Amino acid sequence: MNEKPLLRVRGLTTEFVTSEGAVARALEDVSFDVLPGKTVGLVGESGSGKTTTLMALMRLLPASGRITKGKVWFNDTNLLALSEREMRDYRWKSMAIVFQGAMNALNPVMKVGDQIREAILLHDLMDRGAAEKRVRDLLEMVGIAPARRDQYPHQYSGGMRQRAMIAMALACAPDILFADEPTTALDVMIQAQILQLLKEIQRALGLAVVIVTHDLGVVAEVCDEVVVLYGGKVAEYGSVDRIYNHAQHPYTQRLLESFPDINNPSETLASIPGTPPRLTQLPPGCRFEPRCHVKINRCAEVSPPLLEVEPGHYVACILREGKEANFQ
Amino acid sequence: MARRDYLIGKMGISLLTLLFVLLLDFLLFRVLPGDPVRAVIGRNIRISADVQSSLRAQFGLDKPIFLDQFVDTLGQWARGNLGVSWSQRRPVSEILISKLWNTLLLIGLGQLFSIIFGVMLGLLAGWKRKTPFDIGALTFSLIAWATPTFWLGIILLVSGSAWFGLPTGGIVSPANIGKPLHTVLPDLIRHLILPTLTFTILYLGEYMLIMRSSILETLSEDYILTARAKGMSNFQVLMRHGLRNAMLPMVTIIALNLGFTVSGAIYIETVFSYDGLGNLVQTALVKQDYPLLQGAFLLLAVSVIAANMLADFLYTYLDPRVKAN
Ligand SMILES: Nc1ncnc2c1ncn2[C@@H]1O[C@H](COP(=O)(O)OP(=O)(O)OP(=O)(O)O)[C@@H](O)[C@H]1O
Ligand code: SF4
Ligand SMILES: [Mg+2]
Repeated sequence: MNEKPLLRVRGLTTEFVTSEGAVARALEDVSFDVLPGKTVGLVGESGSGKTTTLMALMRLLPASGRITKGKVWFNDTNLLALSEREMRDYRWKSMAIVFQGAMNALNPVMKVGDQIREAILLHDLMDRGAAEKRVRDLLEMVGIAPARRDQYPHQYSGGMRQRAMIAMALACAPDILFADEPTTALDVMIQAQILQLLKEIQRALGLAVVIVTHDLGVVAEVCDEVVVLYGGKVAEYGSVDRIYNHAQHPYTQRLLESFPDINNPSETLASIPGTPPRLTQLPPGCRFEPRCHVKINRCAEVSPPLLEVEPGHYVACILREGKEANFQ
Repeated sequence: MARRDYLIGKMGISLLTLLFVLLLDFLLFRVLPGDPVRAVIGRNIRISADVQSSLRAQFGLDKPIFLDQFVDTLGQWARGNLGVSWSQRRPVSEILISKLWNTLLLIGLGQLFSIIFGVMLGLLAGWKRKTPFDIGALTFSLIAWATPTFWLGIILLVSGSAWFGLPTGGIVSPANIGKPLHTVLPDLIRHLILPTLTFTILYLGEYMLIMRSSILETLSEDYILTARAKGMSNFQVLMRHGLRNAMLPMVTIIALNLGFTVSGAIYIETVFSYDGLGNLVQTALVKQDYPLLQGAFLLLAVSVIAANMLADFLYTYLDPRVKAN
């Protein structure tokens, strides 16, 4: 872990104003690193803030949401301090994203190839001729016949659209690829293919990847590190090995228990009794307290900070307190 | 391939519609009271029954209405023979064509401006949603949409002529009638300002409202987020990815309006004594000039159908998803 991180997320906090006017703190104090060429998995149940994290990193939150605190260091630049104009240069050129449920992420009235080329030309990376050649190369790389660049999205199958999205995400040779549940809308066979493709591309291009998934099998298969989110906070963060074999947070432990067979990726997370916290009325203590099976009295009063229990392994639980240092 | 099949299918439907409309047009003026021969001979009741029946035979009126008379009429219409106007004693087709250009000019300019400004206004209002600009544009459009044609025309006529000295009627000043077009162009434009303005305001509201809701819907689509993620500015996203998708519902409305807009022209042409089809229809109605009405009806119906066809063609061009389904 002595290589310099590409992306350092520190204390990221975001709020949404809901339609009723209440403030929902969708993320609080989220911190993690992304090393060059490595894959980080973001896991957590629905509503835990996985998509919000990615959107905040790209500064693409909807109008109702805003980042209230934190820093996002890309190399030595704090992205949150940039103007919108400056931020636009980072989008797609430094960090690209494949959206959750990407079935409608392509413009239905524009040829697929044109949509890919548009990204290249937008950032002035090469002239038209070279860009056109790159479009074909990219399509080939993701397993789409280059001749299909002139087709429209509706002429592609679901899996092909996702491949096209990946090709598009690679168009400007980004350093980091965000993939928000890149396989959920697809059937199992195609899911495996897309995952395989992502792995190959990452290896070939030395790309850093942040992948959001419900699927612990996927995490075990592709990730180097895992961030477990619960109710908008990091519950546990560490290497895949540490998380799978030495999970310290009660929530992570329950997650792993409810997912016994990591070699069977078709299974998704079984539910843990209870419901996630309401983000508009957060409890003062640990967010997992109402559902925790090992809670103590103090859990309802004190919100546990993220502590380093082993080098590179962080846990936010009162039971692990005392002997460890704070996250830097 | 699929697109060609789709268009052929649409053309088939248009042809069927056309046939039905022709039948209706034919029947409508048969069931109206009055005998055509009576109408031709007028009050001259001294013409003998023999002559009357030979006249009937000459016009084919002794044959059964179906199928012979109908087919006969279709043949005549196909050759451009729409009969003779009772009130003007001139061929209907000649009269219609002489007025058609004036009306097309008015409708064309009115639609052109209302589309351009309506689309622009709706686009910007949707983009700058909930800002004072949006609220202002929305209020204006709702009022413009709800305003009665006749009333707006009169208000504009009165204020335009009082404050700007614009002409109150006609297409050119009486002194200029019959002169070559290029010499009277400035005069023509001065006469066109008020009716065109009325037209523009009337349709602008509708176009703006539809465009606004259409762009709002489009901007919430996933591919808009993709475009922003690519690093585009909001304006680039709006123009490159928003506009074309948001125009889809507009195309249908515009094409339909093009067909029906003549009815709007009736009011405007009446207010501004504008010498076009609308005025003609109004006069024909007052004078119960059935052949003229029948011809005008035919022309309107055909233009509605043609506008529909145009919409279908445009739609397949704008939206590659349109297929035979
Ligand atoms: N536009 C919004 N307005 C208000 N609240 C929002 C908005 N978007 C997200 N939220 C809230 O933020 C929280 C986190 O949502 P997010 O979409 O990041 O969850 P997620 O982990 O990606 O879930 P999923 O697995 O279902 O995709 C949720 O409670 C959600 O209700
Ligand atoms: S802090 Fe308490 S409630 Fe929270 S996870 Fe740890 S033991 Fe459970
Ligand atoms: Mg999500």
